[in-house]
Amino acid sequence: MASEIIDLTAAELATKLAAKELSAEDATKAHLDRISEVDSDVRAFLAINEHALSTAREIDARRASGEKLGELAGVPLAVKDVLVTTDMPTTSGSKILEGWMSPYDATVVARCRQADLVPLGKTNMDEFAMGSSTEHSAYGPTRNPWNLDRIPGGSGGGSAAAVAAFEAPFALGSDTGGSIRQPAHVTGTVGFKPTYGAVSRYGAIALASSLDQVGPCSRTVLDSALLHDVIAGHDHHDSTSLTDQWPSMAAAAREGARAENLKGLRVGVVKQIQGDGFQQGVRDGFAKTLELLVAAGAEIVEIDAPHFEYAVAAYYLILPAEASSNLAKFDSVRFGLRVTPAGGGTVEDVMSATREAGFGPEVKRRIILGTYALSAGYYDAYYGSAQKVRTLIQRDFDAAFTQADILISPTAPTTAFAFGEKTKDPLEMYLNDVTTIPANLAGIPAMSIPVDVAAEDGLPVGLQLMAPARADDRLYRVSATIERMLEEAAGMPFYARAPKTPAKGGAK
Amino acid sequence: MSKAKLMDFEKALELFEPVIGLEVHVELNTKTKMFSSAPNEFGSEPNTNLTPVCLGLPGSLPVVNAQAVRYSISLGLALGCEISPSSVFARKNYFYPDMAKNYQISQYDKPIAENGSVEIELANGRVVHVPIERAHMEEDAGKLTHVGGSTGRIQGAEYSLVDYNRAGVPLVEIVTRPVFGGEADTPAIASAYVSTIRDIVIALGISDARMDRGNLRCDANVSLRPRGTEKLGTRTETKNVNSLRSVERAVRYEIQRQAAILADGGSILQETRHWHEDTGATSAGRPKSDADDYRYFPEPDLAPVEPSRELIEELRAQLPEHPTLRRRRLKAEWGFSDLEFQDIVNSGLLTEVETTVAIGVEPQAARKWWTGEIARIANERGVDAGSLITPANLAKVVALVDEGTLNDKLARVVIGAVIDGEGEPSAIVQARGLAIVSDDGALIEAIDAALASQPDVLEKIREGKVQAAGAVIGAVMKAMGGQADAARVRELVLERASQ
Repeated sequence: MASEIIDLTAAELATKLAAKELSAEDATKAHLDRISEVDSDVRAFLAINEHALSTAREIDARRASGEKLGELAGVPLAVKDVLVTTDMPTTSGSKILEGWMSPYDATVVARCRQADLVPLGKTNMDEFAMGSSTEHSAYGPTRNPWNLDRIPGGSGGGSAAAVAAFEAPFALGSDTGGSIRQPAHVTGTVGFKPTYGAVSRYGAIALASSLDQVGPCSRTVLDSALLHDVIAGHDHHDSTSLTDQWPSMAAAAREGARAENLKGLRVGVVKQIQGDGFQQGVRDGFAKTLELLVAAGAEIVEIDAPHFEYAVAAYYLILPAEASSNLAKFDSVRFGLRVTPAGGGTVEDVMSATREAGFGPEVKRRIILGTYALSAGYYDAYYGSAQKVRTLIQRDFDAAFTQADILISPTAPTTAFAFGEKTKDPLEMYLNDVTTIPANLAGIPAMSIPVDVAAEDGLPVGLQLMAPARADDRLYRVSATIERMLEEAAGMPFYARAPKTPAKGGAK
Repeated sequence: MSKAKLMDFEKALELFEPVIGLEVHVELNTKTKMFSSAPNEFGSEPNTNLTPVCLGLPGSLPVVNAQAVRYSISLGLALGCEISPSSVFARKNYFYPDMAKNYQISQYDKPIAENGSVEIELANGRVVHVPIERAHMEEDAGKLTHVGGSTGRIQGAEYSLVDYNRAGVPLVEIVTRPVFGGEADTPAIASAYVSTIRDIVIALGISDARMDRGNLRCDANVSLRPRGTEKLGTRTETKNVNSLRSVERAVRYEIQRQAAILADGGSILQETRHWHEDTGATSAGRPKSDADDYRYFPEPDLAPVEPSRELIEELRAQLPEHPTLRRRRLKAEWGFSDLEFQDIVNSGLLTEVETTVAIGVEPQAARKWWTGEIARIANERGVDAGSLITPANLAKVVALVDEGTLNDKLARVVIGAVIDGEGEPSAIVQARGLAIVSDDGALIEAIDAALASQPDVLEKIREGKVQAAGAVIGAVMKAMGGQADAARVRELVLERASQ
């Protein structure tokens, strides 16, 4: 029974729960059992919600009493540790917040509770979301369920791995430069970064405020769309949150899944983020997907986005600049770690000792970079220029979307790399984000869906899809069609190809 | 703290030209804070007016208070500024424990208001136009209390307490351009300027403007340049000078202190200085340089503030009369002497007097009661005179005096009773039986009795020593329990004595 439950998608769980064929308690217990079974290997979770079962039982009781519950009531959920929660510690993957309990819930968490989802626990991440592998988590890395020797992507490797390892049907993530999409790519799952402002950032511990966006990840397109509908919409606590009335993403995904073909869809392939530098298996997966799209009637358009080549450079100035300021609040005065130097000291000494002990090397590196980029005399050359590049990239996108309805690329240059492979040279790690960063700089929606398994390493390969701002539903519609075509071709959903028992060296 | 060497003020002016620049912080009296829904209240228990935003908790985000924006626009307009169609919040980054986020949300290169001018009038009648560079919105910091140590400052304290109630209170910082040509009036210009800003924000109703509570704070920049030179001297910034009198004294002090140093061939250190009310001196604070690097950058959590032209014009149409013009107008309308008018202004009762006059009371009577009896009671009780009695009730008391029902002494009793909540004036007169005895029969009876008991007085009056009547009038007033019209009693006494 338990293994059947964890195989279900969120949509399937919701149907069974609504039909009372399954209780929220059983659904929750099955996933908690799965976590007990595999998480000592996967290490996706930093904290387990002690109240998960009682929350589930309350939902069952309310359903039994005839109360009308939401569509997803009783479905379990994993929450990235960047989101503050009142019933579980929130660390953002850092020692400086070890054990910290927030007095308030992030808006997205509150909305999930309102929808009667059952938070299972908090998932691992690179410290303050700085990284592409979870190797920068202060609590040790998460491992890729497809191959425990490989990284699960980052920063949201915990959420992606939890979903890929059937520890949760879906999860919340956050994406500043690819932290939802790149983990989805390397774990064979779906990850969606909404339009900037579509989802509230209130209670998402800020990395780079102008780039951060909370979003869903899951094993299927529909499940991400369902979670997207729960969390999206205006929040008066977040001034950058859009006031739009959004169409149902789940409806778009369902419509896409029913679509016969992609006739007339103009699909742009961005010259600058594909090709020679990319791993063979990634290129093959991308080429196969292109063939599939052409066969389905889509029109392929080559797009030149000349300023994309400066995206990584601009991003790694804007992000550290904003982060250096956002992380200033971690000073021991009001919350979190406090380290007093031997013999006491001034408040500055305590702040300094706390930050020295509490921040990891990547965080310190970016704080120093950002502080430098904002310094008087350097501001124009660094932060100022980076903002200009950002505008140029936005213009590249504007031009591209006059020629194409959606843009596609491989989600990342390589499949899941091995632990330690890129930690020695930070630049290597940064360049891994070349494909995902442009969407954040422009604030447009982007997602990754699994399309193939690389022949050379047996690891998943994702496809990135991008749409103009506010056209999030277009991405769900198109990706659901592609997902269905791939499923028909393979005779099974992509997630069924994931190893059921995570193992070292892969499950080949 | 060693007392600095000071040069005689007149001598300092002979050698140097003083130049000042003033920064005034105005705390807005909005219901909630600048970027959060926490109450904006003075005097609450420490650390109670808080939300996650005020504490800078992880994940929290600021949201701009629309009322604070409207108040800031009104203030900008009252200062004669241009209102920016798009002003931008910026982060001013520095580590200090009273800043919850270790950055202050302020405005930097795109403030909400720029390029204004404020007309001020000095006590000596001189009118000065103070040029305004900018007014920008920002949030206040928390309040630190340093415990232990002798200075009350962070250096040397054993520990410090932080109260974040004030963190995030909306502020407008008004920055002047350098003010030249003040000469000997320079200290007076500084205090008159702050006083005018206070009048403006009170008239706008956007701040409680109590300097003792820090609602209005002034930092005074002072520099000297030798006579005949162009280049501005190095300035000092004297912080948080918290009364009008102190503003004047602090500027005067800095002129005298800097002059002494410069005349000795020394140089002025660019620094912040602290004003000490008790010693009337400033002391060195932290060195400051133009290169202080706050790493300003646009606040990514907030969109630019883009008020519509309609809103700006609506607020412009609602602007109250400029305080200087209003004073000039009222003084002329009322025909007061400088002294009489200054009396009202100094007691802060201009609005009360104006309202009372508007109801129909003679200006002199309104002035007399507000600055006399009512101000006296207010002073005694340590409250604002304006909170004691309404202009409408005072007008009723004055009307009772005018119609002869009350004399001044009785009127004072009635005012006291109104203040003590005994009801409205005519009801009090009724209930207490306070009306003047206007029945001549009763008065004549009392007068005859008094004259009979003081035959010598009667003689003197009859001899033409009219002033002797005073003793009889006093006796009659006493017999009537004060409830008689003394003038009428006098008339009757003279009449009876001559019979």
